[in-house]
Amino acid sequence: MNVKAIALIMMALLLVAGQLHAQGFGGLGTQAEGFAVPKRGVPLEFPGDHGAHDQYRIEWWYLTANLQGADGREYGVQWTLFRSALKPGNGEGWSTPQLWMGHAALTTPDRHFVAETRARGGIGQAGVTTSPFKAWIDDWSLVGRPGGGDQLDALSVKAGNAEFSYDLALNAEGPLVAQGERGYSVKSQSGSASFYYSQPFYRVAGTVNLPEGPVQVTGQAWLDREWSSQPLDSDQQGWDWISLHLDNGAKVMGFQLRSTDGEPYTSATWINPDGRPEPLANGAISMIPLNTTEVSNRTVPVEWAVKLPARKLDIRIRALNPKAWMATSFPYWEGPVSISGSHGGRGYLEMTGY
Amino acid sequence: MTIRIALLALLSHWRKKPGQLLTLIIGLSLATALWSGVQAINAEARASYARASAILGENNLASLVPVDGSTLPLATFIRLQKSGWRTSPVLEGRMRAGSRSIRVIGIEPLTAPAGLAGRAMEAGNGPALNLSAFLTRPGQIRASQKTADLLTDLPDLPPMIVSEQMSDGALLTDIGVAERLLKKSGRISRLLVLPGQRVDRLPLSEAGPGLKLVEPQTESDVSKLTDSFHLNLTAFGLLSFVVGLFIVHGTVGLAFEQRRGMFRTLRTMGLSARHLTVAMVIELLGFALLAGSIGVTLGYVIAASLLPGVAATLRGLYGAEVAGALTFRFEWWAAGLVIALLGTAIAAAGSLLRLWRLPILASAQPRAWAMISGSAMKLQAIAALVLLLLMAMLIGFGSGLVVSFAVLGSMLLGASLALPGLFSMVLWLGQRMARTPLAQWFWADTRQQMPGLSLALMALLLALSANIGVSTMVGSFRTTFTAWLDQRLASEIYVTARDEKQAERLRAWLETRSDAVLPIWSVKLDLAGQPGQLFGIADHATYREKWPLIEKQSGVWDDVAGGAAVLVNEQLSIREQVRTGDLLTLAPGRSLRIAGIYSDYGNPAPQVMVSLALLTKWYPEVSRLRYGVRIEPAKAPALISEIREEFQLDERSLVEQATIKAFSVRVFEQTFAVTDALNVLTLAIAGFAIFTSLLTLATMRLPQLAPVWAMGLTRRKIAVMELLRALLLAVLTALVALPVGLALAWALLALVNVEAFGWRLPMNLFPADWFRLGLFALLATLLAAAIPAWRLSRIAPAELVKVFTNER
Repeated sequence: MNVKAIALIMMALLLVAGQLHAQGFGGLGTQAEGFAVPKRGVPLEFPGDHGAHDQYRIEWWYLTANLQGADGREYGVQWTLFRSALKPGNGEGWSTPQLWMGHAALTTPDRHFVAETRARGGIGQAGVTTSPFKAWIDDWSLVGRPGGGDQLDALSVKAGNAEFSYDLALNAEGPLVAQGERGYSVKSQSGSASFYYSQPFYRVAGTVNLPEGPVQVTGQAWLDREWSSQPLDSDQQGWDWISLHLDNGAKVMGFQLRSTDGEPYTSATWINPDGRPEPLANGAISMIPLNTTEVSNRTVPVEWAVKLPARKLDIRIRALNPKAWMATSFPYWEGPVSISGSHGGRGYLEMTGY
Repeated sequence: MTIRIALLALLSHWRKKPGQLLTLIIGLSLATALWSGVQAINAEARASYARASAILGENNLASLVPVDGSTLPLATFIRLQKSGWRTSPVLEGRMRAGSRSIRVIGIEPLTAPAGLAGRAMEAGNGPALNLSAFLTRPGQIRASQKTADLLTDLPDLPPMIVSEQMSDGALLTDIGVAERLLKKSGRISRLLVLPGQRVDRLPLSEAGPGLKLVEPQTESDVSKLTDSFHLNLTAFGLLSFVVGLFIVHGTVGLAFEQRRGMFRTLRTMGLSARHLTVAMVIELLGFALLAGSIGVTLGYVIAASLLPGVAATLRGLYGAEVAGALTFRFEWWAAGLVIALLGTAIAAAGSLLRLWRLPILASAQPRAWAMISGSAMKLQAIAALVLLLLMAMLIGFGSGLVVSFAVLGSMLLGASLALPGLFSMVLWLGQRMARTPLAQWFWADTRQQMPGLSLALMALLLALSANIGVSTMVGSFRTTFTAWLDQRLASEIYVTARDEKQAERLRAWLETRSDAVLPIWSVKLDLAGQPGQLFGIADHATYREKWPLIEKQSGVWDDVAGGAAVLVNEQLSIREQVRTGDLLTLAPGRSLRIAGIYSDYGNPAPQVMVSLALLTKWYPEVSRLRYGVRIEPAKAPALISEIREEFQLDERSLVEQATIKAFSVRVFEQTFAVTDALNVLTLAIAGFAIFTSLLTLATMRLPQLAPVWAMGLTRRKIAVMELLRALLLAVLTALVALPVGLALAWALLALVNVEAFGWRLPMNLFPADWFRLGLFALLATLLAAAIPAWRLSRIAPAELVKVFTNER
């Protein structure tokens, strides 16, 4: 996952409940006063890096799942915990500058449920601990279950609101995958970057609760971990991001950052079925919108042609539910997609800045 | 003939009689002014309450509060959130700023419901919220300009953002700052329950034991508390309005009579009755709009000058903050005009009806207007009787504030309606006893004049009796209140320590230097659904000897000291209808017998007292900072300076009994300053009503006076007799007003006060006040009668002769 949620969290947390005047995306390009900045060549360390990095401005634990019921009906689930620091470091009780936000969503072919919750750090309402791993906000949690291997290998996740909820068990069938240069993921020509790794190999089983009742589901899930301090260049207006589970067992992560002047900046990782990542440079992947839909008074592309010539990938991705609009404090589009063309499979699409 | 021409003809009358026009406009303006002034005050106060309660918009949200009325720990909030609840913490309390106490509201903007934080903090007239500055140290404070001015001297405050969205006397800040300002680290006053809760969340009994769910309130506490006060003001406004209408009625009637000839001429020239009436209505409409506008403007001035007093009263009495400045509100501007139109319509209805029915060829009957037939007077007497009966029934069977005011209303109206009948009986008696022909004529002529004067006299009666009633109530209250203060403020010195450590040192230090150190410790809690206070008292002779118990069981002090019983204030006992011997439940498992009831003036909130041991057992965290110190009064000043030197306490923390008393009395005086002002204004309007009535009669009575003059009585003598007559009527009215006023005072003390404040007060009589008031009434009447009498004494004999010709 990429810069996508950066703007989300900054906006959402800085502009309470949409009551206040939006400052525009330009604010994201500001310098990271006092915050740590990702450096090339710093290796990822586990389990430490599963936890929070208070010296960085923004961070998230971002899970998306493509699920099916016993009847073959498709579902999508999103669980996200954002951390945003107003200043670097931590503090006691209410005085901590660490803020947290949770997004949860459940998507069916014809409906899309969204929930959001916010919390202050320092008081125990939200946070992330390691050994054992636990990320939580209010009653939503992503918790490590005992087992061998990495702390993220076996997880339970739950969230919900008055309309929907879910409770899923995740088991990783492959290793953690470092994105970019061994976890150093570049976001623009000018070189701004984040630390970024994923666990794309989860098998999922559990229950989603819809207003009409519970449904047993199974499927695949993808967890993204990313932290940074200075995410966007001032001319970058939004992004389109995909995570794909191909039928042959390989995974694809790709994104393009749309620029107000000229070509988008792209990045992609081809992840072999054994977990070996092949990072692909700017321009390797192309994403062309084919069809749009009107949602929440905006025109959003919900069908794309995606090409990765280096891997002979030439596919179309199509939204399971074109109306998967995240009507949160800072709204964006996020939902499950199906894949057709040179490869088959499922995945997730996220789009901001429309 | 067009209406336009008819209208011009009608209006020409006023050019000839500008004084009359002035009277009409002034009367109507005054009536409207007082009414709309009072409405303006009410509207402003209510808007202030709405602003105060809208800071958190708590009207719409349920909340979770501790059952025992204390605060809850942060951990409880976290447990609830983890159990599926969605709540937002609020920490609230009061902080001292100079002589004022400021309401501190700490919110948590991230969890606060959408719109809440926005409403409170959003721009409005102030800068938009910068969440980063609000949340991170040193934080931010949002307050109105007035509150901000109060806070400027305080040290260690975060930067202030002035926002006119905030009500005066309150500041909004982050909960993290609030816990620092209020010294309540890790505590929460209540949790707002957000909309859209999960149904599968843990039940409250498991997730938050010790908490209870409080449903959203439809009305803020403060507006409930102050309702009585505003009803009071409204009643005064209405009274003045009614009195003002008498003036308008008099003037319109006079103008009608004087234009009778003109009407007849217009009709014989072919103007239809309908057109004539329409022209008259247009004329009146114009006057009403003009006078209404003047009245509303005047009302604005009255309201603006009274509002600071009202604001001080509401703050002192109820702790309700009302902005001291008036903002112009369209609704009462419109309401003022409507009431002016309505008033004119009522006052002029009779005249218009007669105009409609005026036979073209009927000869002029200048006296017809003033003559009310005997049957009309009978009707009035019957109405009076019915009203007085209704009043008796209301007293017997009704209850509630509105009923109490209905009692007042029917009492005043009934008495006024009975007045003409009463007077004609007295005058008839006078006539019977008169020996000389002149005296007989005097009595008969006075009786004859009664119908024309009765409305003005009724106005005087209303004003006088309201004055007597209200001043008796205020006087009784003042006497009781000062005596009560002496009992209640028994300690010579009151001292508040800065913190627990200093308090401990202070106690030890005072031990050897004073006769006794009495802790004054209390917690806030809900008593019978209302915010109240629970006090702990030491077992000391001071209480046993001085505490103002109005009802008690034997051994009351031993029982309270032993933890077996409680004392409650009169407000609680009346509101909850509990007596001594009844059980009072403070919290589940905390029920105690009521052993005594004490009077507690100046405080509308319920209060309970238990032994100090019980209070500290129930609320170990109770603040232990306040103490009363007993010492020989003569030694008090010396001890105060010693304490000040030793402990470096400031003026507010170390107070002598006398200072508190003076302050309390000042609050009291402010409370009734507004009442006094309205009282005087009402009386002034009544005086004006008499003046207009006498002026009206003077011109109409020439046919009655001319024969007397012709028989040899000099104009001077006639004028003196006119003056005497006015005085006689005023004295009679004042005599009737006295019992009515006392009945009014009784109703105010025994009915309205109990309903409004929860206080029952003994009634004291102040004959000196009545005497002064009576003199004032006589003087007013004399002044009012002087001009017509003076005119009469100077009237050209030719005018009087004219009566006997056909030329009038």
